[in-house]
Parts: sequence; C-alpha cells; structure tokens
Amino acid sequence: MFTTQNYVVASSLDEAYELNQKPKSTVLGGCGWLKMGRRMMSTAIDLSALELDQITEHDGYFSLGAMVTLRQVETDPRLAAYFGDCIAESVRHIVGVQFRGCATIGGSIWGRFGFSDPLTLFLALGAEVVLHKGGTVALSDFVHMPYDRDILVEVRLPKRGQQAAYVTHRVTATDFPVLAVAACRTAGQMVCAVGARPQRAELVRRAPDETAEAFADRCADTLTFSTNLRGSAAYRAHLCRVLVRRAANALEEE
Amino acid sequence: MSMQISYTLNGRKLTDEVDPVQPLTEYLREKGCFSVKRGCETSNCGLCTVLVDGRPVLSCATLTARINGKTVETLEGLQDAAAEIGAYLADEGAEQCGFCSPGLIMNIIAMTRELDHPTEAEIKAYLAGNLCRCTGYVSQLRAIQKYLAEKERA
Repeated sequence: MFTTQNYVVASSLDEAYELNQKPKSTVLGGCGWLKMGRRMMSTAIDLSALELDQITEHDGYFSLGAMVTLRQVETDPRLAAYFGDCIAESVRHIVGVQFRGCATIGGSIWGRFGFSDPLTLFLALGAEVVLHKGGTVALSDFVHMPYDRDILVEVRLPKRGQQAAYVTHRVTATDFPVLAVAACRTAGQMVCAVGARPQRAELVRRAPDETAEAFADRCADTLTFSTNLRGSAAYRAHLCRVLVRRAANALEEE
Repeated sequence: MSMQISYTLNGRKLTDEVDPVQPLTEYLREKGCFSVKRGCETSNCGLCTVLVDGRPVLSCATLTARINGKTVETLEGLQDAAAEIGAYLADEGAEQCGFCSPGLIMNIIAMTRELDHPTEAEIKAYLAGNLCRCTGYVSQLRAIQKYLAEKERA
C-alpha cells in the first residue's frame, strides 16, 4: 500500500495541477494498481469532486471523464449502440465487476500499461486524451509520451463510423491478457492495435489490397514481443498472427 | 493525517475522523463489520466486496476518503438476504470452508439488483471476480439458479 503525507480532494483542476507539480505528488485514479505498490507520496490528489465521473455524448465524440469507471464504460448503452460489443469486450475480462467498479478509465489510459486492454482498443478506435495543460492529444501520440506532471481530464472516442473487433488470449479467465488485439475499420481503412506484448500497445495500418493473412503476418513479423511469466516472446508472436487475422476477418464478415 | 467524512453505513448516518488512505476493508472491520475480509493482496478474490451507493466494489481497493457522502452496505446490513442465499448455498453443499461466502453473497445481491433474469453465462460473468479455492463453482451455480428461480416464483 502507498503512503502519503497529505490527502487533498481537489476543488479545481488548476489546484490539482499546481499540487501535482511537486515530484512526489500523485494523482489518484481507482487505486487498483497504486495500492499494489509502496509509493511514498507527499500529496495524494483526489479528483473525485470534479464531476469527472460522467460519460457524455457530443456531436462528434463521446467524452469519458477521467474518473469514469471501467464498469461504466462496459455498461453504457450509448457506447454499445455506437461501437457495438467491442467496448464491453475490452473490459469484461478485467478481474471482476467489483474491480471494474473501482478502476477508472483515466488511471487505465494515463498508466499506458503494457497489459492494458482499454488502451489497446481505444488506440484502434482513434481516441484522444484531453490534458489540463497539454490540451487535446491523439492517443497514438500520448501512448509514446513520457510520464509528465500534467493531468488527464478526459478521454474522447470520436464518432467516425468505426467498426471494431477486440480479441484477447488469456491463460485463465480474469487474468491479464497474454496478447490483446483490436482491429478497427474506418471509412474503408483498417488499423490494428496490438497490446500486452507485454509493452505499450502499437498501431499497425493495413495496406490497401493486403489480405488479412498478410496483414497478420506483417504485424507478427514487425512488432516487438517480450517474455514474462504469462508467455514467451515467440508464443506472443504466434498469437499475434492468429488474433490479428481473426479480428480482421471478423470485420470483413460484418 | 486525518479527514472528516460523513456517510451512511447499513442505514446509520455516521460522521467520523478517518485516515483517508486507509483501505475501506480495514476501516469497516474497525467499525465492527467482520464479514468484510481480505482473501488476497492483489484485488482479485472478491471477498472484500461491499456496496457503495448500491454498486459492488472491492473495499480493499477503495480508499476510506472515497465513501464521503456515500451509502455503504455490508453483509451486516443485509442479514435477511444473506440468510436466504446462505441457506441455498448450504443446501447445495457449496459451503466448504465458507471463507469466500460473504463476498460471494454480496455480489449475488448486487447481481439480483442489477440484472433481470440473468442467463447462466451472465451469472458466471457477473460473479467471475469471486474466487473460491475449495470448490469448482458448480454447487454455487446450482444454488444461485435455484435461489433466482424461487425469487421469480415469489
């Protein structure tokens, strides 16, 4: 469990941002990951009072406040109506309903964890993040940015008529994925995000006239994979070949 | 470091000085809610499940500061439902060591509030975060389905 000298329920984003400029300050999400460590904080910054726990629909996008839980994402009927099953599929294997009632989308995306399911799908969907000082940044850029002292306020899912499929392989139900794949087609262009390699998810763009098999082979042959207790790099490359093909074919059958 | 919070615990309004980052599991046990237990250290077992504003959460991953202004329910406040579901679990031989039952029963209560006529797949998905190391979940599933069927008949 982490420890902290001060606990502040921020009354504004400016206050939260100012507090977060001290190197030992930490912005709290759902704390599912933070509680596993022994970080010593000077100030723990709680964003709970900033009404960031809402999903709202706008003309061009859905806005997910940083404190929206994964369970809210999973069960929101508007997200399901627009994006189909992929949204629920990307979170429903994460531990259990109770864990997803705690974990926040802000914490999940800010962490840019190498095991992250939502990061993988949201990358394929062309999501953006809204940072308090940094403004709106494409998730495909944010995923490569180093951790800084900014605050993630909102995650945006643009409405571009995306069709997406999300598939993972897990050693056992409710565990981290061994490999996670999201394929997304927008206006005839397909991209694929491959996560849990176990490294931050990466996007690969499918070439025109490239078959699903060739696309899957290129993903498996060009992305980097690593070994951990859930699987070897070679096993993950093999899974990538299979899962990218399946996800791409699932979209073609629609 | 302390913080004043006001909340409702099992129907009782309380105001308390708390350590804001104390996990809710330990705080609730200090308040006498001994049904709330820690079965793992990794937020995986579901044993510490409580309802906050009616939604099931892991109390081990919830900071005590975060129940400020909210309503918390534990098994101590849901004794009738607990006894009823517990009887179905016992009848099907699903109680072995019994350690995981409070968290499972809390999540069954949450499920019955949230889902109408859940299918077997929906029950399994909803309760996947409640681990039992004695059984293979078959007897629990039987008990839950009988409990749900009886509730519908009533």
